[in-house]
Amino acid sequence: MMIHPQRYDVVVVGGGHAGVEAALAAARMGATTLLLTQSIETIGQMSCNPAIGGIGKSHLVREIDALGGAMALSADRAGIQFRTLNGRKGPAVRATRAQADRVLYRNAVRSAVENQSNLTVFQQSVVDLHVRGERVRGVDTQMGLRFEAGQVVLTTGTFLGGRIHIGLQNQAGGRAGDAPANALAERLRAMPLRVDRLKTGTPPRIDGRSIRFQGLAEQPGDEPRPTMSFLSTPEVHPRQVACHITHTNGRTHAVVREGLARSPMFTGAIEGVGPRYCPSIEDKVVRFADREQHQIFVEPEGLDTFEVYPNGISTSLPFDVQLAMVRTIQGFEQAHITRPGYAIEYDFFDPRDLAPTLETRCIGGLYFAGQINGTTGYEEAAAQGLLAGANAALAAANRSAWHAERYEAYMGVLVDDLLNHGVTEPYRMFTSRAEYRLRLRQDNADFRLTPKGRELGLVDDQRWRVFKVRKRAVEEGAGRLAGIVATPGGDLAQALEAASGERIDVAVSLHGFLKRPGVDASQVGAALRQAGAAEIDNAVLAQVEIDAKYEGYMTRQDMEIARVKANDEVCLAADFNYEIPGLSNELKEKLRTRRPATIAQAARVPGVTPAALSLLLVHAKRRAGRRAA
Amino acid sequence: MLRISGERAFAIGQAIAGAGKQPGQARVAEFKDGDSSTIDRGIAIRFRGPRSYTGEDVLELHGHGSPVAMNRLLDRACGLGARLARPGEFTERAFLNDKIDLAQAEAVADLIDSSTGQAARSAMRSLDGEFSRRVHGIDRLATDLRVHVEAAIDFADEEIDFLADSDIAATVQTIERELADVVEQSRRGQVLRDGLDVVIAGPPNVGKSSLLNRLLAEDRAIVTEVPGTTRDLLSADIEVDGVAVRLTDTAGLRSSADAVEAIGVERARSAAAKADLVLLVEDANRPATAEDAAAGLDVAAPRRLRVRNKIDLSGEAPGRGAAGEVRISALTGTGLDALRQAISAAAGVDPAEGAYLARKRHLDALAAAARHVGEAGRRLAEGFGDLAAEELRQAHGHLGDIVGATTSDDLLGEIFASFCIGK
Repeated sequence: MMIHPQRYDVVVVGGGHAGVEAALAAARMGATTLLLTQSIETIGQMSCNPAIGGIGKSHLVREIDALGGAMALSADRAGIQFRTLNGRKGPAVRATRAQADRVLYRNAVRSAVENQSNLTVFQQSVVDLHVRGERVRGVDTQMGLRFEAGQVVLTTGTFLGGRIHIGLQNQAGGRAGDAPANALAERLRAMPLRVDRLKTGTPPRIDGRSIRFQGLAEQPGDEPRPTMSFLSTPEVHPRQVACHITHTNGRTHAVVREGLARSPMFTGAIEGVGPRYCPSIEDKVVRFADREQHQIFVEPEGLDTFEVYPNGISTSLPFDVQLAMVRTIQGFEQAHITRPGYAIEYDFFDPRDLAPTLETRCIGGLYFAGQINGTTGYEEAAAQGLLAGANAALAAANRSAWHAERYEAYMGVLVDDLLNHGVTEPYRMFTSRAEYRLRLRQDNADFRLTPKGRELGLVDDQRWRVFKVRKRAVEEGAGRLAGIVATPGGDLAQALEAASGERIDVAVSLHGFLKRPGVDASQVGAALRQAGAAEIDNAVLAQVEIDAKYEGYMTRQDMEIARVKANDEVCLAADFNYEIPGLSNELKEKLRTRRPATIAQAARVPGVTPAALSLLLVHAKRRAGRRAA
Repeated sequence: MLRISGERAFAIGQAIAGAGKQPGQARVAEFKDGDSSTIDRGIAIRFRGPRSYTGEDVLELHGHGSPVAMNRLLDRACGLGARLARPGEFTERAFLNDKIDLAQAEAVADLIDSSTGQAARSAMRSLDGEFSRRVHGIDRLATDLRVHVEAAIDFADEEIDFLADSDIAATVQTIERELADVVEQSRRGQVLRDGLDVVIAGPPNVGKSSLLNRLLAEDRAIVTEVPGTTRDLLSADIEVDGVAVRLTDTAGLRSSADAVEAIGVERARSAAAKADLVLLVEDANRPATAEDAAAGLDVAAPRRLRVRNKIDLSGEAPGRGAAGEVRISALTGTGLDALRQAISAAAGVDPAEGAYLARKRHLDALAAAARHVGEAGRRLAEGFGDLAAEELRQAHGHLGDIVGATTSDDLLGEIFASFCIGK
């Protein structure tokens, strides 16, 4: 065995969305970092649908961006159709989705990796972890090369024990065309970690030249065009194209039903659990038998390819059924399938065995991020990668760990959910998972996280400058709007009344006026210009409006958060004795396995009642008292 | 007595009972409602933290204790920002603020445990029947509504739009109306079954029916000197220390050849088995016979209270005896006060933590839910979907305090079951 002469602070295994953000984060923070991947060509590869963002997901992307990550900037450089989702349902749930050119996206990510100082890349499959005692010391690769490192982040995606199913045929594979990481999977299965199987799938890809687009509903991007990154403007976007929408029909469903006998999902060949929110077409047809049609989004794979991704018909039916099924669909009558759809089963490790830093509890210095933790989605993976990479770098520098709280970021919700509840299906982010949804918005991700990112070393000078400018503008804007008062009958009041249709009967500050439900920032901006009172940038006005309208709700939540914080300060020792009279046996068992670090964490363990929490508080305090005594 | 602990205790005290004297000094005060009408007259005492029971600022209002006045006083305090304490919370705070030493800690934990059990039992009682059915119905409506609203938010591509959907506004109104109705009915006590189930049991002719009559202070049971007169169950409602008590008289326990009487005895046993408290009556002038012992019920200690009746004949002193028994005379009424105390204590209902507060909590939760649903309707009309969803989440949380929480995961599960989600 050869030991590589360069010793690394952090080694990241895997070049997907988790691995890239992990490696970039560690390197930004000054750790000497190595990214190990089976193939440098597939760094930043989008293995599933060619899109970044969506509801809940773009919230994560903005947070990654606020902490200096690469995902948002890459999506802006690769996005060929941008949409604002939930535009009229309120700022908290407003989201951005970008259709991305796969090649442009991969190139943007690879360029970010190659231009990152402290970061080097090596192409080699990892077959073993070098563990001594209860600490990881490095990794061994296929050719017998050992890289020594104090911290190792595993982001192996669907490659651990990956098995691909098409009809009743199946074969080992990490992704169509790539070998799985079976040696590493075997090694990890021998460790004291709980392991299980999950399943996910993709639709067949189609040659766009064989699709009849006439008659299909066209879905162009939105104007004004949103951007993913706080640093971007729409000018960085490449040429924009449209998506199309078609539907399945009764004949499609009949073909699927006839093929079920040869479906690996229905014959039991697939044991892994698939996501309920991303069902295969065979699942949809069986579970929602009364539906006459299902929507399919026809998404372009890129500007320089004809291939399209028919989103909505993921399947593991045999290829002959896939082809027959696809050709029943309007526009796809002559479709040529370029790659068959398939289902993939893979190993994941129970995330309840992780610490909030994503370090495994059983092996020091070993971190997991992405699908290995039972999540799905590029954005969920990237967020975990960033968190794990940052904590690996913190540990390497002997600095104290960091994680986001549920009230600070979707990242916090994601990790907390994983640690407390584990997963029973691939975990995807939804805004309804966040009880503090009103404050975890896309628009304020920088306010929530960039200062912390700066402190950690994740945010570079340029981003910090941009943030400070924006922060000052918003604060000054809010101050000025609070200072400008419209008196009934005055020029400004008349202009405001005309612009908004609202009446001004008593003197009101513009800040107060913006709180009214019927008023929006553009009306106030127009009235200000008309009355010649002041010129305030539209983006600043819009931000101030959101803050003003949410103020009451934020105050209410602040009190709730203060309570959570107080509970966060009461620690439960690792050897805390849960043999407390009054706790049910079930709860004792749960608490023993979860080992919450604080009362606040204990409060989130399912089944913990206020009374149980009182008991824990009392016992935690009694213990602390004894120590002091 | 009403005790308020925490930062704003003094401010609330000032609003209700006027400006206070020096901390620690009692004074007579009128307790005023929001409209300045007098709720009650009593004594107000302030204790400045940390020199108080909980270690925080504490206000105590001692009134005359009629349930009606107490209820108004509680409403007033809650209106001023107080909230009902959780079971054992005062003691818990005292402990956390170092007002109780380590040796007492075990007791605190036990107290929280046992009073939670009591509260749970009390809550169960008030959740019987009609009230429970209606609150569960409202919770179901709220769940369905949120399933729709959250699906529309999280799956915008799925062509579910709630802002444009008039059904949503209508459902919000329905829930609001239902909640108002249940709150109103509960206030009037029409749907809440509350109070303790107390069963009077014992051998024949020890004076069970006489005891019931004495407690009722009216002749509702048939009293004769023929053993076995009471063959069926006879119930009546009384109030003991502000807690409603359903008193049930039963057939004397003995083995009988009479088929009808045997059924009566069986009913007595089954009533005793379900009761919160069994008053096991015995004759102070007659030693227990073997038959009495055999007829003894299988009721464990905290739910069983020995009552020695007819002490007017035996000459025993009235009141609590050394073995925990209560000595009374149903005929003269002596010892009855001790019995009343023993009923509320032995049944495990501390008036401050019992059925009354459990019911009050339910009403508070319903009222809070109604408030949030009303807000949700307004936000919806204004076009703020995210704020409407938040109000609905809050409302649902309050309903969950009564019927059990619906988690975001439960909600997602229902979304995936009712809509075919997913590209």
